[in-house]
Amino acid sequence: MTEELLRRTFELRGRDFENAGEKSTEVTSILKELDIDPDVILRVGVVTFEAEMNVVMYADKAILSFILTDDEIAIEVADQGPGIPNIELAMQPGYSTASDEMREMGFGYGMGLPNIKKNSDEFFLESQVGKGTKVYCMIRLNSNG
Amino acid sequence: MKLSEIKDLLKCEVLAGADALETDIDTAVASDAMSVVLASPYPRALLITGLTNIQSVRTAQISFISSILYVRGTRPNDTTVQLARDNKMVLLATDTGMFNSCGLLHNRGIKGVI
Ligand SMILES: Nc1ncnc2c1ncn2[C@@H]1O[C@H](COP(=O)(O)OP(=O)(O)OP(=O)(O)O)[C@@H](O)[C@H]1O
Ligand SMILES: [Mg+2]
Repeated sequence: MTEELLRRTFELRGRDFENAGEKSTEVTSILKELDIDPDVILRVGVVTFEAEMNVVMYADKAILSFILTDDEIAIEVADQGPGIPNIELAMQPGYSTASDEMREMGFGYGMGLPNIKKNSDEFFLESQVGKGTKVYCMIRLNSNG
Repeated sequence: MKLSEIKDLLKCEVLAGADALETDIDTAVASDAMSVVLASPYPRALLITGLTNIQSVRTAQISFISSILYVRGTRPNDTTVQLARDNKMVLLATDTGMFNSCGLLHNRGIKGVI
């Protein structure tokens, strides 16, 4: 039986570049205190940070949920925003609709979603144009991806 | 190579972490694109960048990177420097450009991530 040990939810706001990434560092701080394998924390951090940045860059707002059980970590980011018209295209490394302003901030290289997928043991992306996008990732505590 | 030696070599200003310059560095990642750094994160590497916003520090935090070298005369703002201090990171700033900074460090044996 999988036992839930910890569940946290955070609100994320679109276009809030000043605080972008802060919730992800909170998530990794929690994991560091729990003595989780650093390699797992690194992967959780990358996944959460990239998903958080996508909300800031493209969506209006989102709820980030983080669930730790005794054998895995699940991260779900559900946003209200424009949605993704072509998921297959969005998943391609290098594909990006980011503005020049976002590129000047160090983002918009079309690497976020492929990177999220690469670091997850399970990954789902669901999107409805005009409504929003949901990213779900699961990382096992005892694997290396 | 110690951070203090990097500081002398590139005539850096120390913006944060003056008490941690004895840390040894053998690997570096150089980029202005944070998603590139996150794509091949290398814990304990030196991050060399011209990008000075707060995401440079947050990207380092996520990647277990604890030292950043800002090149070509760029300087992060006070909020960014404070976040780095709160997280016990070392921030160095040099007027030397990206290419020359990397070349000089590579010459002294610092290796790239990939
Ligand atoms: N939450 C989202 N809502 C709407 N569109 C999105 C969302 N996430 C991603 N996209 C779309 O998918 C594209 C690819 O996303 P991805 O994260 O891979 O790259 P990026 O954000 O453009 O750049 P990077 O992640 O390298 O900074 C984005 O440019 C955007 O068009
Ligand atoms: Mg992205």
